[in-house]
Amino acid sequence: MLAIRDLTKSYDTLQGPLNVLRGVDLDVEAGASLSLMGESGSGKSTLLHLVAGLDAADAGTIMLGNMDITALDDAGRAKLRRSRIGLVFQQFNLIPSLSVAANMAFQAQLAGRLDTAWQDELVDRLGLGDLLTRYPEQLSGGQQQRVAIGRTFAVRPDLILADEPTGNLDEESGDAVMHLALELVARTGCTFMMVTHSARLAAMLDRQVTLVQGRLA
Amino acid sequence: MNRILHTLLALMSHWRRKPLQLVALLGGLMIATALWSGVQALNAQAKTNYDNAARLLGGDAVPSIALESGGRFDERAFAQLRRAGWKVSPILEGRIHINETSLRILGIEPLTLPPAAGISAGGGLGPAVFEGFMRPPWRALASAETIELLGEDTGTLPPLTASEGIAPRMLIMDIGAAQAVLDASGQISRLLLDPAAAQPGTPLAQAAALPLTITENEAQGDLNRLTQSFHLNLTAFGMLAFLVGLFIVYSAIALAFEQRLPMMRTLRALGISARMLTAVMLAELVTLALLAGVVGVVGGYLIASALMPNVAASLDGLYGADVAGTLSLEPEWWLMGIAISVIGAVGAAGYSLLKAYRMPPLASARRYAWREAQKVWLSLQGGIAVVLLALAAILMLTADGLIAGFASLAALLVGSALMLPPALAVILSAGQGMARRPLSQWFWADSQQQLSGLSIALMALLLALGANIGVGTMVEGFRDTFNDWLDQRLVSEVYFDARTDDEAAQIEAWLANRDDVNAVLPTLKTEVRMGGLPVIVTGFRVHESYRNSWPMIDIAPDAFDRVAAGDAAFVSEQLANRLDLSLDDPIEIGSWPLIVAGIYPDYGNPKGHISVEIGAMRAKLPDAERGDYGLRVAPKDTGALILAMRDTFGMDDSALIDQSALKSYSKGVFESTFAVTAALNVLTMAVAGFALFMSLLTLAEMRLPQLAPLWAAGVTRRGLAGMELLKTLGMALLTAILAIPLGLAVAWCLVAVVNVQAFGWRLPFHLFPMQWVQLIGLALLTAALAAAWPIWSLRRMPPVRLVRVFTDER
Repeated sequence: MLAIRDLTKSYDTLQGPLNVLRGVDLDVEAGASLSLMGESGSGKSTLLHLVAGLDAADAGTIMLGNMDITALDDAGRAKLRRSRIGLVFQQFNLIPSLSVAANMAFQAQLAGRLDTAWQDELVDRLGLGDLLTRYPEQLSGGQQQRVAIGRTFAVRPDLILADEPTGNLDEESGDAVMHLALELVARTGCTFMMVTHSARLAAMLDRQVTLVQGRLA
Repeated sequence: MNRILHTLLALMSHWRRKPLQLVALLGGLMIATALWSGVQALNAQAKTNYDNAARLLGGDAVPSIALESGGRFDERAFAQLRRAGWKVSPILEGRIHINETSLRILGIEPLTLPPAAGISAGGGLGPAVFEGFMRPPWRALASAETIELLGEDTGTLPPLTASEGIAPRMLIMDIGAAQAVLDASGQISRLLLDPAAAQPGTPLAQAAALPLTITENEAQGDLNRLTQSFHLNLTAFGMLAFLVGLFIVYSAIALAFEQRLPMMRTLRALGISARMLTAVMLAELVTLALLAGVVGVVGGYLIASALMPNVAASLDGLYGADVAGTLSLEPEWWLMGIAISVIGAVGAAGYSLLKAYRMPPLASARRYAWREAQKVWLSLQGGIAVVLLALAAILMLTADGLIAGFASLAALLVGSALMLPPALAVILSAGQGMARRPLSQWFWADSQQQLSGLSIALMALLLALGANIGVGTMVEGFRDTFNDWLDQRLVSEVYFDARTDDEAAQIEAWLANRDDVNAVLPTLKTEVRMGGLPVIVTGFRVHESYRNSWPMIDIAPDAFDRVAAGDAAFVSEQLANRLDLSLDDPIEIGSWPLIVAGIYPDYGNPKGHISVEIGAMRAKLPDAERGDYGLRVAPKDTGALILAMRDTFGMDDSALIDQSALKSYSKGVFESTFAVTAALNVLTMAVAGFALFMSLLTLAEMRLPQLAPLWAAGVTRRGLAGMELLKTLGMALLTAILAIPLGLAVAWCLVAVVNVQAFGWRLPFHLFPMQWVQLIGLALLTAALAAAWPIWSLRRMPPVRLVRVFTDER
């Protein structure tokens, strides 16, 4: 499903180039779930961003199925994110001026595959039925993250990338969000890759990998 | 398409949360469009009237035959030329006053008019309108507006018939009727020559036995050239107001961009490419600009309608141009107004759109650290300002031409506006350095932080104040100079104009027997062309009254004696400038050689002017017309003399006027000339006030994180509101003080560069400190009004909103 080969990425800093990823190789099977762990600055978020097409690699390849993400231009990467990849951020990243219902449907509408029945099911599973007409600023952190998860799953992506999705939530809310997300992963059969600092949350997934100074340990 | 629509809807949903920003954006665009299109409407209407007037006589296509030395000539020349085979048609032109309305009379001979003249064939004047036109009691053609203006009392005019395509305040009648109305029996002004007919073999001079010459129809070119400076002035003001309006738009767009950064990042993460995001933002902007453009153009129409009567009065007073007091605009004007709204919006948003296009999906959604960003931006801005101010200085010192004059003004204004934020930053930083108490330190530091949000509005205020001080100084200086000049120039206590030569002779004889009249000062007048310019030649009697009071810019020691001898002349300042004349330079009127013995100011006269001795003029230019008479009378005898002349000769107010009434009329013309400028000044200030209000309002909410910690530390909401007000007033005061040197530089540029290039006269430069005090007061009032609502809201803000700042931070 996902095959990463010899991936490198560095950033220019005042002190010279900073090598964040130094030749990462990783394979993830379709439908599997995987956690990426590591110290701050180990490159886990950068790896996630490169897989999502949010940033361009210096060298190496990222194959999603038969598609080489590193060979895509900006428009191609945008199309990939729109239709095949779902992103869940620590900061929720909802659109503040749209209602919960509009936020939930937004990415599916962009991808041109809004499925009302699936949308209703997601609302039901995520317990958002009473919140559909509210706006993000009127929701708690846990509720906002549930909306963000709903938005991601609404498009039925092949791959979901989550960057510390519970980092802004208390333990109870975080666990609830995590369980909901994993239920939906199981329900849709998508591949799930999550960056986390929490060994407890990482243990909920099929496989755990750790990055140390830009390389897989 | 679906994707575009949903992205557009998401972007536009921002305005629902921030309606004030939308109001600022739309309001700025509407105001900018309204002021710009309003000024364009004024110019377009005047241009249409000039073109109509030009078309009426065939414009440049129909040449004329006229006396070499100018003035009217015997109508027998018409018959002589026709007999010699010349296809000519007589024209008599002149002006009369009815009920204080100046009317241009155009006498024509319809049967011989060349088809190209456009009277019988085009311009809406078909053959049908000439029924009853050519024999007594005659009929005169006029626009419906003119007929309405004159009302029932039309004096000795023939019955009036409304007809389209005639300039306002113009009457077209048969030449016989015109000769009666203008008291010019047997005289004509010129002959129209049919351009399609072949010229006969008999030379012109031989056929007519008069010194005639063929001239191109230059009158309209003169009007276009003369009024160009007036319209350029209007355009400059329109552009200034447009620029100030765009400041509001830029400010609103930049703020919206910053606030929408997180949304844009999310959109990019959800699969919207940079190109599509930019395109959708552009589409959103164009949609809003179209909406604002429609409302703005309607506003422009209303502004132009309100100002049009003043513009018409100014053009009539300054240039004798006949312009309608009402508007009728072409569809192109409406479309252009809407287009300018879109162009302005896209221009103001250009930088934000570029940033959106270049923004990587992982761009920080947080605002830049303001201090570092501000430092870089202020340095860049200061650098550009220095370059522009240097360019303004160079242009001012070397400007040759009106465009260069306005370019130097533009560089000065934009450079100063850009220099304002760096200058304020330096002042505020110095204030912070001197502050000792914690609250005052916070006050100065916070003012610096607020500067980036307020700078655009303060720049708009600076521009408005600078333009106000500059134009105000110029107008006040002009007013003082003009009044002094009038006092010196109008030396006679009474002026009269005789209706006929016989009446003039009778009045002169009657005056000779009166003891109360100390001197009779007759004049002669004719119009000639010199160096392609229309020039009025006036003959005057060299008298002590003139020797003692005539204001001169430059004069030879024995100037009046040389003029009295008939071999020297005085020339007006604008003619001297245009023909590059100075003392002792030779000039020629026809074949009359003269030496320049003096140069005098002649404010408000669009044509060049030469003054010569009346006796010599009568001998050298025998066709010159009788002009007004001035009478020197002891002021206490003025009233009795006027009454006696009215009783004896049946003269009315239009033919007999005392000095004070004439001065009051001249001052009235002066005031109406600057009425439009004053109105645009007020509008520009209003726009700046609106910019300040919108900035303060949009900043109010963003400032809560700065204010909440102070509140938590024990400063009351009332105290916070007081400090906010003080800060706004302080910024406005600093801006107003900095506007004074800018205004003086603008005034100097107007007086020393633009006026000289536009009108040909240079005014003395006066300072009016009371005007500055008034404008500083106005700036503070504007700032206080703009700050009133946000500060009132802060005073009444529920504590829970301040608490929420800390909750949100957590």
